[in-house]
Amino acid sequence: MSQLQNFTKGFIKENPVYILLLGLCPALGVTTSAFNGLGMGLATTFVLLGSNTVVSIIKDLIPSKVRIPSFIVIIASFVTIVQLTMEAFLPELFDALGLFIPLIVVNCLVLGRAEAFGSKKDTLSSVIDALGMGLGFALALTMLGGLREILGSYSLFGYKFIPGDGMLVFVLAPGAFIGMAYLIVLFNYLKKKTT
Amino acid sequence: MAKKESTFLNMVLTLMIVTVVASFTLASVYNLTKGPIELAREAKRQEAIMQVVPEFDRLETRMFLPVDGRDSLEFNFAFKNDELVGVAVGTYTNQGFSGRITAMVGFYPDGRIVDVVHLLHKETPGLGDKIEKSKSDWSNQFRNVDPREFSLRVKKDGGDVDAITAATITARAYCDAIQRAFSTFVANLTIEEGGLPL
Repeated sequence: MSQLQNFTKGFIKENPVYILLLGLCPALGVTTSAFNGLGMGLATTFVLLGSNTVVSIIKDLIPSKVRIPSFIVIIASFVTIVQLTMEAFLPELFDALGLFIPLIVVNCLVLGRAEAFGSKKDTLSSVIDALGMGLGFALALTMLGGLREILGSYSLFGYKFIPGDGMLVFVLAPGAFIGMAYLIVLFNYLKKKTT
Repeated sequence: MAKKESTFLNMVLTLMIVTVVASFTLASVYNLTKGPIELAREAKRQEAIMQVVPEFDRLETRMFLPVDGRDSLEFNFAFKNDELVGVAVGTYTNQGFSGRITAMVGFYPDGRIVDVVHLLHKETPGLGDKIEKSKSDWSNQFRNVDPREFSLRVKKDGGDVDAITAATITARAYCDAIQRAFSTFVANLTIEEGGLPL
């Protein structure tokens, strides 16, 4: 597999949310608007990049029986770094996402990539894999957030194009499931078409 | 791939090194961000005070125990030319839909409300977050009302406050926070004598 394929597979072919169905908790929870989805996606990308890189560098120094606890400590450290940095320098984004940032620790996408990819491949491939997967995750969350924002509040990225309140159900939890179901259909269709 | 063997000593040492390195990294990040985080929080508080009291040139902060509840409220007395022009009260409620809501309520010295802005909340995005000024003008209805004549309860409970569609609990909680600020204001300050602390 070339490095380009390694990078692009995260967008459609192995999209973490719609094809691999990983990290559904943040994907359903924070995507009430496109902006929240994008912010969460980028924060996760950063954590994924950091943890995958560190794991691939120190993979030979970690006995296999304690690899999971070690990975979790590494991931949790990166999450805390993101949280502190965001609160210090991007307080507006932190207001919107602060509650969900600690949840990145238990996002199975991050541990999944560390275990399935970072701990087996070389550092360069791991960095590229993390970038591709992270951006694919950000794309997935932004799409779901955008869909819910358009239908639920008639706006996109905070820009309102129809006055009025929108369809309430899409702002609430059921709308997340409905929106996600249709996007899963779409992505599986795209995947079949491209392969 | 020369994996290290999973002997007891190897495992203990590895975990120890990983956690020690992680702690050191986190400690340094914490130290680096501590200043900016406090500045950001303080800036937000200052901005809220500016929004809810008339123009002032001196601020005095005192804490008062609320009539109900255990956490004391922060009273910021705003003076202009040594005359009290308003009091910004940092208040809270625990009846929010998802936990505590904090808000800054501004009073004129005679007890009328100047304005209310939220500080922190975890209400449902798209519904309960209409208490934010940037999301909706809902909280503007508290402007310039006198809580002695304007009942701080939602209309459903027999009060005068319009609730938020699909977020009555949040509206109710917000009223509770404002009521707490007002009750404490009345209990501790003498409105007739210009609102100065007893």
